[in-house]
Amino acid sequence: MIPPAFDYVRPASLGQACRALAEAGEDAKVLSGGQSLIPLLRLRLSYPTVLVDIGRLPEPRAIRDEDDHVFIGATATLDEVVRSAVVNAEVPLVALAARTVADPAVRHRGTFGGSLAHADPAGDLPAVALALDCEFVIASARGERTVPAAGFFQDYLETALAPDEILVGVKVPKLGPGWGFHYEKFHRTAQAWAIVGVAAAVRRADGGVAAARVALTNMGATPLRATAVEAALRGVPADADAVAGACAGADAGTSPPADLHARPDYRRHLARVLTRRAVLAAARARP
Amino acid sequence: MTAAAEKAPPDGTREEVGRARRRKEDARLITGRTQWTDNIQLPGTLHVAFLRSPLAHARIQQVDTAPARGLPGVVAVYSGADFAAEQGSLPCAWPVSDDLVVPDHPPMAVNEVRYVGEAVACVVATDRYKAADALAAIEVDYEPLPAVLDMNEALADGADKVHEAGNKAFTWTFAGGDIDAAFRDAPVVIHRTYVQQRLIPSAMEPRAVVATTDGDTCTLYSATQIPHVLRVMLALTTGIPEHRLRVIAPDVGGGFGSKLQVTAEEVLLLLMTRRLGRPVKWTESRSEGNLTVHHGRDQIQRVKLAADRDGRVRGLSVDLLADMGAYLMLVTPGVPLLGAFMYNGIYKMDAYDFRCTGVFTTKMPTDAYRGAGRPEATYAIERVMDELAAELGIDPIDVRRRNWIAHEEFPYTTIAGLTYDSGHYEAATDRATALFGYADLRAEQARRRQSRDPVQLGIGVSTYTEMCGLAPSRILGSLRYGAGGWEHAEVRMLPTGKVEVVTGSSAHGQGHETAWSQIVADSLGVPFEDVSVLHGDTAVAPKGMDTYGSRSLTIGGMAVLRACEKVKDKARHIAAHLLEASAEDVEYTGGSVRVRGTGAGRTIQENALAVFTAHDLPDGVEPRLDAQATFDPENFSFPHGTHLCAVEVDTETGMSRIRSYVAVDDVGKVVNPLIVEGQVHGGLAQGIGQALFEEAVHDADGNLLTTTLADYLVPSAADLPDFITDRTETPAVSNPLGVKGVGEAGTIASTPAVVNAIVDALRPYGVNDVRMPCSPERVWRALNGGAS
Ligand SMILES: Cc1cc2nc3c(=O)[nH]c(=O)nc-3n(C[C@H](O)[C@H](O)[C@H](O)COP(=O)(O)OP(=O)(O)OC[C@H]3O[C@@H](n4cnc5c(N)ncnc54)[C@H](O)[C@@H]3O)c2cc1C
Repeated sequence: MIPPAFDYVRPASLGQACRALAEAGEDAKVLSGGQSLIPLLRLRLSYPTVLVDIGRLPEPRAIRDEDDHVFIGATATLDEVVRSAVVNAEVPLVALAARTVADPAVRHRGTFGGSLAHADPAGDLPAVALALDCEFVIASARGERTVPAAGFFQDYLETALAPDEILVGVKVPKLGPGWGFHYEKFHRTAQAWAIVGVAAAVRRADGGVAAARVALTNMGATPLRATAVEAALRGVPADADAVAGACAGADAGTSPPADLHARPDYRRHLARVLTRRAVLAAARARP
Repeated sequence: MTAAAEKAPPDGTREEVGRARRRKEDARLITGRTQWTDNIQLPGTLHVAFLRSPLAHARIQQVDTAPARGLPGVVAVYSGADFAAEQGSLPCAWPVSDDLVVPDHPPMAVNEVRYVGEAVACVVATDRYKAADALAAIEVDYEPLPAVLDMNEALADGADKVHEAGNKAFTWTFAGGDIDAAFRDAPVVIHRTYVQQRLIPSAMEPRAVVATTDGDTCTLYSATQIPHVLRVMLALTTGIPEHRLRVIAPDVGGGFGSKLQVTAEEVLLLLMTRRLGRPVKWTESRSEGNLTVHHGRDQIQRVKLAADRDGRVRGLSVDLLADMGAYLMLVTPGVPLLGAFMYNGIYKMDAYDFRCTGVFTTKMPTDAYRGAGRPEATYAIERVMDELAAELGIDPIDVRRRNWIAHEEFPYTTIAGLTYDSGHYEAATDRATALFGYADLRAEQARRRQSRDPVQLGIGVSTYTEMCGLAPSRILGSLRYGAGGWEHAEVRMLPTGKVEVVTGSSAHGQGHETAWSQIVADSLGVPFEDVSVLHGDTAVAPKGMDTYGSRSLTIGGMAVLRACEKVKDKARHIAAHLLEASAEDVEYTGGSVRVRGTGAGRTIQENALAVFTAHDLPDGVEPRLDAQATFDPENFSFPHGTHLCAVEVDTETGMSRIRSYVAVDDVGKVVNPLIVEGQVHGGLAQGIGQALFEEAVHDADGNLLTTTLADYLVPSAADLPDFITDRTETPAVSNPLGVKGVGEAGTIASTPAVVNAIVDALRPYGVNDVRMPCSPERVWRALNGGAS
C-alpha cells in the first residue's frame, strides 16, 4: 500500500534532530528502523506531516558497560543487541527477548529504542524493560530527562515521550550475581507477535527463590508487572509445585485483549502457565 | 514408441528424464533479472488505483468522482457507470447444472456492491502515489443492505438475499450403488460435520496487470496462469476482437489457482487503455490481494459413513454446502464438484451418495485453490476413516487396509464412476510406516498416555489419491466444463541444430523449461542445454490450455513428446531420401538418423540444416524440421500416497508442534526428482497451513479481518519440520510417459494427516474433532470441553 505524503528530514546530529522535531510540531514523527512506523504509514493508520529520520545517527547507537548498568543506545539495531557481548554477559534477559523478535531481516533494521518507543503491548522488549526497572534517557530541545520504566509505558502505543522528545537510550540495571533469566514467548508462527509473553528474572538462594521480577507481554494496554506473583514467589522452594502455586495469580490485575488468536480467558490461562514456565526456567529448576 | 523404449542413448550419455536437474529458469527468477509484470515500464504508462467497497452489501446511490478529477497528476477518474455499456459480465465457464443461477457480475460495481473490496471507482494518474492519494476524494453514497455471511442462514426461509434470485446457486447430486441398502441395518454409522475454512491463496507475486494499445491491437500483460483461456474470455467479455488481442503472461510468481481467473482488473485495464490510448498499470498490495484475490475452500461437509463391525465400509453419504461468495467466477461452482468424485478416496464401498448446494454470500467469490475440491474431499474421508478406526478400536492403518483397492485389482472403477488406472497403496504405506518408525511412535504414544505427560503424542495418517491431469475433453464436456482438456506443443529444430519448444502450458513457477528440456533431450538425443522453451504469450505460443489441476506434465509434457516423435518421423523420411535408403531402414537413435546395418547416417543437426536450405527435399516435404502436436488424454491420472504425521500437543497451552512428517508419494514416472521434491514440500506447507494456521475471518458485518500477513498466518520454513519424502513408482498407464502429476498432491494429503494426528493425541481426553485451523486456543477449548 501507499502511505500518504509527508516531508522527510535526516538530521546530522541528535541536537539537530531535537530542533527539527521542535520546529515540526505535533504532527512530526521520529523514524528509526521503520519496522513499525512504515507499516502504519502504508496502511494509512498514521498521518504524520514530517518524518525526522534518526536511524542513521551515529550518536545514540552505542552499547556501553557503565558500572551498575548497561547503556543501550536507542538506534542500536535489535540484531546488534542480540549479538552484543556486554548485553549477553551483563543483562542477558534483553538478548533473550530480542532474539525472539520477528526475523533476522526485521532485527537488522528495527532498533532497540524504536521497539520501546512504539510501546506495542504485544512487543517483547517493553515487558523486559519493565521487569528490569530500566531507565529511559530522553532528549529534546528543552533538555534531557530520565524516566523509569514504570512511568514510561502509559497506554496502548502511548509513552511518556512528548511529541518533541527523542528516546536516546536505556539504562539496563545489572542485577548482580545469583540471578537467572528467561523470556517465554507464546506465538503461533515463528514470525508472529506474542499472544502472551513472560519476562522473568529469578535470584535463587538456598534452593529457594530469594527474589523474582516478572512482567507480562500482551496482557493489557501496556506491559504489566506481575507484582502479586513476585511477592508470592519470595521464599518459596524452587520446585514445580511451589512455583506453580505462586504463579496461579499471574493474571491478577490484567485486562487481556481479545483478537483473532486468543480471547481473554485463554490469555489469562496462558499467563498462568507461561509465568510458571518462565520462572522455573529462570530459576533453572526442573519443570 | 514410448519414452521408456527409447531410453539409454547408445553414445553413453546419461538419460535426462529422471535426473535431478537444477532448474534452468531459477537463476533469472531468483535474481530478479526477469520481467515480472510489475517490472514492465512502457513509455507513458499511467497508474490505476481502485476504490473498493467498505461495505459487504449496499446499494450504490451515487458516486461523485468530480472532486478527484482536478487533483495533481490525475488523468481520469471512473465509476462503474462509466464502464456500464462496455464492461460486460465476468465469465463463469463452468455452468454445472440446469438450475444454476449465474448473477450478472460487472467488473466494476454499478448499482450494488456485494462484498467488501468490490471495485466501485478508480483513479488513473501519472504515478501510483498520486493515484492512491486521489482515491480519498471520491465520494460514494451507499445505502447499506444486510450482509449475508452464514451459509445455513442464507438458505433459511425469509433470509436476506444476496441476489434477487435468492441465495441458492445450484444443487448437484450424484448417486452410485444403493445407499439405502448400505445404511439399512449397518452396525456402525458415523456422522460428522467438518468445516473447510475459507482460505486466501498467498502467491509470492501479487497480481499485476499492464494493458496497452497501438490503436489497433490491445496487449495485456498479466500475472496469470491462463493467458490462452484469458484471451478468449476477454474477447468475449469486452468485445475486443480476439485477433486484435494479445495476452502475455511474463514470468509469474506463483498462482495456486488464484491466477486461474478472469479478473475485474484485467477487463477494466483493457477498457481504460482503449479509452486513454496510453498504457495503464495496476499492481495490488498484499492487503488489496487478501480482499480481492478469489478465496478458496469454504465448505461445510456433512458426512455419514456406514460400516460393518470388522471395519468394512458399506456406504458413504455426503451433503455439502459450498460458499460461492457473491458471484460465480471462472470455475467457482465446479470446484466442489471436482471433489465429488473423490470422497470415496482409495476405498471400495457398495454405495456413495453426494449432494452439493452452492450458496451465495456477501463475501469475495471462491474459486480454485491448490487441489480445488479434492483436498476437501480427501479431508472428509480421511478424517472419517480415523473416526471409524477409533469407534471400532482398530489401528487406523488397518482400517484403511481392509478397505482399499488392492494393487492386483487395477484398473478399478470406483463407486464414484472413475477408473483408477494404476496404484499400489500397499507399497506406499509399507514404505511410509517404515520411514516413520510407526511402531516406535505408537509405543511412545502409549508411554505418554500412561504417564499423563502434559505433552501428548498423536499420529495421523492420510492415504490419499486424487484425480488430476485435467483432463479428457470428452469427460470435461459431459461435466459442462467450458473448455477442453487438451494441450499443445511445437518442437522446432533451428537451422543451427538447436531446439525451440513452444508449449501451451503456462508455467508460473513449476519449472516447465527444465522438465520439457529433459523430455526433448532424451527424445531427440540433443543436449539439455540446446533446448529452450517458449511459453506464456499468445503471439508466441498461440495454442494452449494453460497450467492448473496438475495437468502440465501429463498433458503438456505428453504433447511435447508427441511433437518430438513427429520431428523424428520427418527426420527419418528426409534422411532416407538423402541417404538413398528406404524409410523403414532408417532408424533414429541418439540424435542421429542412420541406415540400419550400414554406418551411413547423419546427425539431426546436419539434417536440420539440410531441411532449412531445402536444396534437396523429397517431394511433398516442407522446409524446416519442426512439428506440432496436441495431446488429449483418455483418462485422468491418479497420484496417490501415504503420509504420516506425528504431532506433539501441549495439553496445557493447546499448542501443536509437528515433530515428524513422512510423505511417500506415487506420482508415476519422475522426470525431475528435484522438481517433484519441491512441489511436495510446497504442497505440504500449504496443506499444513490449512490444518494449523490459515483462515480468512470476517466480522459480523462482513469485513475481512485478515487483510495482512500478521493476521492471516502463512507458515514459513521455521514453522515446518524437516520433511522426510520418498516415492514409490507405479507408472500411469493413461499416458505413455507414465506420469501422473504432482502439483497438488502434497496439499491434498497433508491437511488430514495433521488434523488426524492432533485428534489422535486428544482422544483420551474425549476429543474427536478440532476445527481447522487447529490453533492453540481451539485445541485448548476442545480439551476443556468447549466447542473448538
Ligand atoms: C514482520 C514483523 C514482525 C515483527 N515481530 C515482532 C515481534 O515478534 N516482537 C516485537 O516486539 N516486535 C515485532 N515487530 C516490531 C518491531 O520489532 C519493532 O516494533 C520495530 O523494530 C520498532 O523499531 P524501529 O526502529 O523499526 O521503529 P520505527 O518503526 O522507526 O518507529 C516506531 C515508533 O517509535 C517511534 N520511535 C522510534 N524510535 C524513537 C526514538 N528513538 N525516540 C522517540 N520515538 C521513537 C516512532 O516515531 C514510531 O512511532 C515486528 C515487525 C515486523 C515488520
